[in-house]
Amino acid sequence: MSTAVDTAAPAARTSRRVVTERARGERRLGWTLAGPAFIVMVAVTIYPILQAIYDSLFNYRLTAPGERRFVGLANYGVVLSDHVFWRDLGVTALITVVTVAVELVLGFLLALVMNNAIRGLKGWLRTVILIPYGTITVVSAFAWFYMFDINSGYVNKWFAWLPGIGPSFDWFGSTGPALFVIMASEIWKTTPFISLLLLSGLAQVPSELTEAAKVDGATWWERMSRVILPNMRAAIMVAVLFRALDAFRIFDNIFIMTNGAYGTEALSLLAYRTSIGRLEIGLGSAVSVILFLLVILISVIAIKGFRVDLAGRGVK
Amino acid sequence: MDQARTSRTRRRRALAMAVATGMAVTVALSGCSTNQGGSSPTLTWYINPDDGGQAQIAQRCSSASGGKYTIQTSLLPRDASSQREQLARRLAAGDSSLDIMSLDPPFMPELAEPGFLAPVPQDLATSSTKNAVEGAVKGATWKGKIVAVPFWANTQLLWYKKSVAQQAGLDMSQPVTWDQLIAAAEKTGKQLGVQGIRSESMTVWVNALYESQGQHIITNPQASGADYQLGLDSAAGTEAARIIGTIGQKGLGGPGITTQNESITMKNWQADKGSFMVNWPFVYAATQSAVKQGSVQQSLVDDMGWALYPRVKADQPTAPPLGGIVLGVGAKSKHVDLAYQAVSCIVSPANQAYYFVSNGNPPADKTAYDDPAVRAKYPMADTIRESLDLAKPRPQTPYYNEISTSIQQRWTPLSSVSASTPKDTQDFVQAVLKGERLL
Repeated sequence: MSTAVDTAAPAARTSRRVVTERARGERRLGWTLAGPAFIVMVAVTIYPILQAIYDSLFNYRLTAPGERRFVGLANYGVVLSDHVFWRDLGVTALITVVTVAVELVLGFLLALVMNNAIRGLKGWLRTVILIPYGTITVVSAFAWFYMFDINSGYVNKWFAWLPGIGPSFDWFGSTGPALFVIMASEIWKTTPFISLLLLSGLAQVPSELTEAAKVDGATWWERMSRVILPNMRAAIMVAVLFRALDAFRIFDNIFIMTNGAYGTEALSLLAYRTSIGRLEIGLGSAVSVILFLLVILISVIAIKGFRVDLAGRGVK
Repeated sequence: MDQARTSRTRRRRALAMAVATGMAVTVALSGCSTNQGGSSPTLTWYINPDDGGQAQIAQRCSSASGGKYTIQTSLLPRDASSQREQLARRLAAGDSSLDIMSLDPPFMPELAEPGFLAPVPQDLATSSTKNAVEGAVKGATWKGKIVAVPFWANTQLLWYKKSVAQQAGLDMSQPVTWDQLIAAAEKTGKQLGVQGIRSESMTVWVNALYESQGQHIITNPQASGADYQLGLDSAAGTEAARIIGTIGQKGLGGPGITTQNESITMKNWQADKGSFMVNWPFVYAATQSAVKQGSVQQSLVDDMGWALYPRVKADQPTAPPLGGIVLGVGAKSKHVDLAYQAVSCIVSPANQAYYFVSNGNPPADKTAYDDPAVRAKYPMADTIRESLDLAKPRPQTPYYNEISTSIQQRWTPLSSVSASTPKDTQDFVQAVLKGERLL
């Protein structure tokens, strides 16, 4: 072992010395080209995160700058011991799980439809399916709010034949129905995104594999579960990860429809209300930092759970 | 070869430097020439959304200044809470563009306390409050000092359909209580026009119910936040909760009460089920506009009556809600003196009367109510003036947002309000102010 190291080391040193000039030049060029972008990245991403972590250690209200004082981790104690935080975390998790699950199923069905559509229809179909995703979230939130609102909406009139729905049914007056509308609008808007991601995954499944399975007599379900879906793991992981992170940071829909009333508040809204509404920078930063850590946790779980190497070396 | 390339590169760099320097100097000089060439400073007036009246007044005052200043308006968000958020952030950051600001009175202590507002000159403080309605003066005062200038003052009235009042057997020439309104709505099968949405309007209502019983939500507003004595858990609170809870549980506010703000209340009141409604004076002009647009019949305007805000108890005076706008000047403004000169022009009785006639926002100055144009357009002008004198402000505290949001959370939906609500709210507010609870 020591011999191998001894012989390899001078060779490496030699080769390093041979390309030194060129490598140095390329490195310089690389830094010149990427440096500004790197600095901007640090400025807009890492600096605010560090600032939030620092601010979260203070009792600091924006309109009482003279009363700012260091409190250590006390803000985290207040946040983590308050049932409002846990309720909001529960609401956020519920929205994330339900919307991502429903979107995965619907998105996959839409991807299958797009993949198998006849050539002339494909472009048209993709455009139609993408329309909701092209709608600005705030606009879609207002549209769904006005549709379901008892004072301006038509849903109660159209669906009065369903049990429990009538002219006086108030969708935004209690937790369940309000969350239903919020999640439905979220699903409507972002299912096309998932379906496009899954469509690209579907297109990457080698046709020889499915054809071979067909020849071997595999049923549709067997081809789907044993050939197509396992080969789409990376695409599914990306879809789940992107949408889970997106759903976990849900803000616009809730802000417009209920503003967090009646148990519909998500964590990002709590962070907003504490930092921006109450101007409690310290406490709000603590909520934001916790939200940030949870987002990282979701990313790690998704990447580990699907055992996919995002660096492009395929499935681990 | 290398030397030639280096020399070329140097020449290019020198040229680029020269161009950049030239551009910078040109930009700097052009900026200087604007300021030094004798053109007047531009004052920025951050306004709340309206029907264009403030922009018109800005033009009038710019012209009247004889070239001393020009006022340009900058629009704030629609709701009062968002306006406060934006202004507070900018003021805390020392933004010098905040020359004049249209402020909602409840949020003023929060901005005055840390010194974000420039002191009001004594002569302007005296002249602008000399003839002002009492409510507007209270709204512009913090710790015994005038810290902003009253511009227009708002108050809620009790609007009703004369036909429904007659059907219910109510004598509207006499003061009316909430219990009478509840009984009238039950008797006629109509809906009461109240605001049940979880927003500022809820605090407006709750505060009015407390104040009409002589009970303040904060009894020692000069103390610091954690030391506040709260009057929420009181006999007045029990009575307020009974009234709101009854309306909620009996469904007297209509099925859509949880999203019902002032505009929706008005629209529902204009419909067949409408009976009595507490709302701001904008509803009169808006209903007349609706007639012009054809969405409402003229007969509704003919049937429209108004009275002072309802009382809680027959033997206690009413305490109508107080709203409106006061004008503040940013402490970091580069033109504080000029800004106050502009404010003095903006709040002149003539401009206040103009604003009322054109935009429907009632003047803070009593003399403006005698303007013939006002009297011609608003037959209820005297009732508004009387209401403004009786009006009581919402709690004046730098922690208003915390108190208001706590009330909104605990007093909605109306159907959940019970005898325990006042105590729950009090305990919650105290925990929030001590930093022990999230809001």
